[in-house]
Amino acid sequence: MFELLGIPPQVLLGQLLLGLINGSFYAVLSLGLAVIFGLLNIINFAHGALYMMGAFVAWMLLNYVGIGYWPALILAPLIVGAFGIVLERTMLARLYHLDHLYGLLLTFGLALIIQGLFRNYYGISGLPYRIPDILSGGHNLGFMFMPNYRAWVVVASVIVCFGTWFMIEKTRLGAYLRAATENPVLVGAFGINVPLMITLTYGFGVALAGFAGVLAAPIYSVNPNMGADMIIVVFAVVVIGGMGSIMGAILTGYILGLVEGLTRVFYPEGSAVVIFVIMAIVLLIKPEGLFGRAA
Amino acid sequence: MSDAALLHVEGLHGWYGESHVLHGMDFDIREGEVVTLLGRNGAGKTTTLLAIMGILGKRTGSVRFAGTETVGMQPRRIARMGIAICPEERGVFSSLNVDENMMLPPRIAAGGLELDRIYELFPNLRERRRSQGTKLSGGEQQMLAIARILRTGAKLLLLDEPTEGLAPVIVQQIGRTIAALKKEGFTILLVEQNFRFAASVADRHYVVDQGRVIDMIPNAELDANIDKLHGYLGV
Repeated sequence: MFELLGIPPQVLLGQLLLGLINGSFYAVLSLGLAVIFGLLNIINFAHGALYMMGAFVAWMLLNYVGIGYWPALILAPLIVGAFGIVLERTMLARLYHLDHLYGLLLTFGLALIIQGLFRNYYGISGLPYRIPDILSGGHNLGFMFMPNYRAWVVVASVIVCFGTWFMIEKTRLGAYLRAATENPVLVGAFGINVPLMITLTYGFGVALAGFAGVLAAPIYSVNPNMGADMIIVVFAVVVIGGMGSIMGAILTGYILGLVEGLTRVFYPEGSAVVIFVIMAIVLLIKPEGLFGRAA
Repeated sequence: MSDAALLHVEGLHGWYGESHVLHGMDFDIREGEVVTLLGRNGAGKTTTLLAIMGILGKRTGSVRFAGTETVGMQPRRIARMGIAICPEERGVFSSLNVDENMMLPPRIAAGGLELDRIYELFPNLRERRRSQGTKLSGGEQQMLAIARILRTGAKLLLLDEPTEGLAPVIVQQIGRTIAALKKEGFTILLVEQNFRFAASVADRHYVVDQGRVIDMIPNAELDANIDKLHGYLGV
């Protein structure tokens, strides 16, 4: 087998796969953030907490009600989405006429409360969630071992991301969303119920976070801090990609996951900060983000 | 006369934030009429359209459409009663192509134009159906902004300076379109600066100054009142 700069290919490919899996989560989460920011103009700091909630809801469904992974993959996002709709209706809807910062502060506060509640009841040690039987084990690809569940995470995230992209960019419903993102007042003046669209969009965006949480449950242990660790990186991803672009959010998510993986191979000490270094460079050279439109 | 009015505006006041722009507008539009609001820049013409549509933040007084008071309603309910706006900035969506822009305003009643008829009125748009909205020329964008409110079934069209910044040949085409729409039975309230254009399409003209209607001139009597009108418009 080939060797690259003295790195065995098993190590390289293994880290790339790990990067691709992290990238899958970045992509689904930053996609949700981009959709929400586009229409609501709110930087949803609660996104990480809602991702964590998705994982916990899956764990609770299994341990309290006996509902397994596959139904949870649908149910947990619905539950998290419904919770998001309540947040939007009761709180966020009051802030749309104010500056971005108020939405950020409110959602940051909500994130702390949600995380605090889960920490209070479940501690921080993390709860195990078993990989569903059908996806346990793995395949030897010859050059590396591919765990089935990890392959499934990548496939599921690609399906969800591109399904969402297709819905927004290619369908009638998506045309309403794009139009309302550009000019909500005019869309309302055509007789379309924009406040309802906003509510459902927030619900959908956080349901994506919930979905990512369920996907994550068998990989990372289910613990109240899992969202807080993730959200900072995801915000950097969104800044790099540019807030305005759906495809930009998706692609940046996967690419940065891979970049992180590569860094772990060649300069492990840098892997924790590489995304932030890229963010700083992008902000210096192209402040609107790689895929963003200039304001 | 006011009994037969499709739109009856009485004592309409309107505010942009703190600034009081409309100071008691009074006017009527009968079904099937083309009526213009003429006046200098800043007289309150555009504001009047926004107030009718319900987009203006604060308004008081009365705007009755087909006998129903709309002054307390949300824009989307007013739209659903049968009023549609073509805004001054045209409001063509850049992230939507021509077809998507066209299909965006939902049908609110029967009786809107069929898509084929719309493309008959605006043949240039048919060729550009897949183009992004803002890749169109100014004239095409203006036509798209008018075209997309024709299929909804709205009876009253509010057109805000449809000729602004366009070449004379396009202005003529828009004039012919407005005449065709009148024949189709649409009622049109037109805001114009270009009063020669207004005279070529309208039945009556309301002169607006400082947020009030100060005169009404039927189009047939326009020539006799031309000096007076020049005085109002300061030309």
